[in-house]
Amino acid sequence: MPYVAANVDTDQIIPARFLHRARKQGYGSLLFHDLRYDDAGKERPAFILNRDSYRQGTILLAGPNFGCGSSREHAVWALADYGFRAVMAPSFGDIFYNNCSKNGLLAIVADEALLAALSDEAQRRAGATATIDLAEQSIRSEDGRRWSFTIDPYRQQALLEGASEIEMTLKAIEEIEAFEDAHGSKLPWTLRPALAGNAAADGRQS
Amino acid sequence: MPATLFDKIWSAHSITTRPDGHTLLFVDRHLVHDATAQAFDAIEELGLKVRRPDLTLGSADHYVNTVGALSAQDPTLAEMTHRLLDNARKSDFAAYGFGDPRQGIVHVIGPELGFTLPGTVLVCGDSHTASHGALGALAFGIGTSEVAHVLATQTIWQAKPKQMRITIDGALGPGVTAKDVVLEVIRRIGTEGGTGYAIEYGGDVLAALSIEGRLTICNMTIEAGARSGLVAPDDKTFAYLEGRPLAPSGESWAQAVEDWRALRSDPDAVFDREVALDGGTIEPIVTWGTSPEQAMPISQAIPEPRLEADPVRRQAAEKALAYMGLRAGAAVSELAIDRVFIGSCTNSRIEDLRAAAEIAKGRRASVPAIVVPGSGEVKRQAEAEGLDRIFRAAGFEWRQPGCSMCVAMNGDRVPPGERCASTSNRNFAGRQGPEARTHLVSPPMAAAAAITGRLTDVRKLGYGA
Repeated sequence: MPYVAANVDTDQIIPARFLHRARKQGYGSLLFHDLRYDDAGKERPAFILNRDSYRQGTILLAGPNFGCGSSREHAVWALADYGFRAVMAPSFGDIFYNNCSKNGLLAIVADEALLAALSDEAQRRAGATATIDLAEQSIRSEDGRRWSFTIDPYRQQALLEGASEIEMTLKAIEEIEAFEDAHGSKLPWTLRPALAGNAAADGRQS
Repeated sequence: MPATLFDKIWSAHSITTRPDGHTLLFVDRHLVHDATAQAFDAIEELGLKVRRPDLTLGSADHYVNTVGALSAQDPTLAEMTHRLLDNARKSDFAAYGFGDPRQGIVHVIGPELGFTLPGTVLVCGDSHTASHGALGALAFGIGTSEVAHVLATQTIWQAKPKQMRITIDGALGPGVTAKDVVLEVIRRIGTEGGTGYAIEYGGDVLAALSIEGRLTICNMTIEAGARSGLVAPDDKTFAYLEGRPLAPSGESWAQAVEDWRALRSDPDAVFDREVALDGGTIEPIVTWGTSPEQAMPISQAIPEPRLEADPVRRQAAEKALAYMGLRAGAAVSELAIDRVFIGSCTNSRIEDLRAAAEIAKGRRASVPAIVVPGSGEVKRQAEAEGLDRIFRAAGFEWRQPGCSMCVAMNGDRVPPGERCASTSNRNFAGRQGPEARTHLVSPPMAAAAAITGRLTDVRKLGYGA
C-alpha cells in the first residue's frame, strides 16, 4: 500500500485516546483511525486503506520520517495487528524503528528510487505484490526486478526467530550483577536506594 | 582519546557490547507512568519481577483528570492510573497517584525530586524523556517492550548514536524564551535533523538559561528527531539539585559534585555534526502547520508551499495548511484563536507559570484558557507566590497537575475545528483532539493570545522590555 507522506507521526498511526486497550484485544481496527473513519465512525472512502485494492496490503510504502513523535509502541501493534508485515520508508523515527523488530514488523530503510518503483507498480495494478526475503535481504517485484536491503543482523535474527530479548539478556545476569556492584562502589551516589516500599495513595476510597 | 559528555556517560554505563555494535547499558533511573501498563503485563507473563524497585519511580500523568475530582474521570481512564499504583504496590516501588501531593508529570517530578541526576542513565517509556538531559543525564525515551526489558533487567540494549553539538551564542532578545530557542532549532535542522544523533547543547544562551529553560530545550529535542539532548552540568545545576529530597546529601553530595564537575565534553572532542545559532537573531516563534518544523517568527508570513523544492514536503505543507485552515502568504500575528493551553512537560514549571502570569496580571482573558501546573510541587509554589490568584482574576482556569490537553487522552481536549495556542510540544494533526488545530508557542505568547484572543507578538504587550 503506497502512503508516501512526510512526517507521518505516531499520533496519526494511532491517536492517544485508544492507548488504554489491553495488548491482546488487538489494535488493528484502530490503525490510522482518524484518517480512516469520519466523526460518525464511517469509513472515509478517499483514505487509501479504505480502497478495496489495498485493504489486504501487507507491505506499507511510506514517506520520510515515518513514525516520528511519541514513543508509543501501540503504533507498531496497530500496523502489525492490521496485517502489515513490513514498512518501507526513506527514514524512520528512531524509537518507532526500534519498536518494530520487537513486534515482528520489518522496517526497511529504502531509497526513494526503490520506493517509487514499488509505488508505481502498486498504483498501476490492483493487488500487485512484492516478495521480501528477510534471510537473504532481498525484495522482488512481480516482474522479476530485484533489490537488496540492509538490516543489522541482530534485528534480522529477532524477526526471524522471535526470541525474547529479556530472556536473552538475563542469560548475562552475572555480568550485569558484577557491573552493578562495581558501578555502585565507583559512583556511590548513583545507586542510593531511597525509594522502595513507598507506593502512595491514588485517590480511591478504601 | 578526547571524549564528549555523551561518550563519558555512555562508557561509564556500558556492561557489554554485542558483535553488531549494540551496547548493554546499565540504567540508573527508570521513570514509569500510567500509559505503559502493558509492560508490567509483559514481565508478569514471563514470570519476572521488577529487578530494582529502588531505582524505579512512578507517577500518574497521562490519564489524570485535571479538573480535580477522581469521580469526574471516565472509569476506563481512571483504571489506568489505578493500575500504575497496583503495579507499584505489587512490585514495591514508589509511585504517586491522583491526589498525592508529589504527583505530577514524570518529566517535571524527576528533576524536582532530585531523582534525575547528572551523569546517570535515565529512561522512561515516553519520548519526552529527553528533558532530563538538561541536568546532564543521558536520558532517552523507549517503547513498551524496552520498558519491560528495563523493569526485568535494569539494563537496555542501545546502538550508539552519532553526536551533534548545537552551540547558541549571544544573548536572547526581549520576549524570547527557551521555547522559542528550541522551536528555532527544530525549524533550522528539521524534524529529521537529529534522527540517529544525540544532541549536546552549549554556548552563551544555554549557560545563561535557568534549569527550567534548559529542560524546555532538551524536552523538545525529540521533535528534532534526536532521542536525547544534553547540557553539561554547571554550578546552576548543582545549586538547583542541592537539598532536593532524592539528591545525595552530606559527604555523598560533595563526592557527587566532584564527579559531576568532570562531566563535560573535552575541548578537542569531535562531533559528527556541529550547528551554530546566533541567539540574538531568534524571535518569538509560532508553528503554522502540523509538524513542529512548520514554524516561523511571529512577525513573518506563512511560507508558500510552492517554494518547497521537494515534492513530498510541498505536499505535506499544502496538507498542513488545509488542515490548519490557513493560507500561504498570510500573517499569523492577529490570527483569531479559540482557546489556550498552558502546561505540558515542555512548559509547566514554575518559571513558565511566572512568565504567563506576568502577562495575565491585571488583564482579562477573552477566550477559554487553562493553566495546568506540571506537578503538585509546582502548583504549591505557584499558589504560595499568588500566581493562581492572578490567573483566576484574569479568567484563566487553574487546574490539577497532569499531561492534560497536550495529548488528548485524559478528557482534556480541543474540540474539532478549534484553534488552540498551546505551550505543549506537538502540533500533529489530531494531537489535541480530532481535527484540533494547534499553534505551539511559549508560555508568555500563550498568555498573550488568551488576553487578545489572537496570536500576538508578546513584545507588543511590553513583555521582556
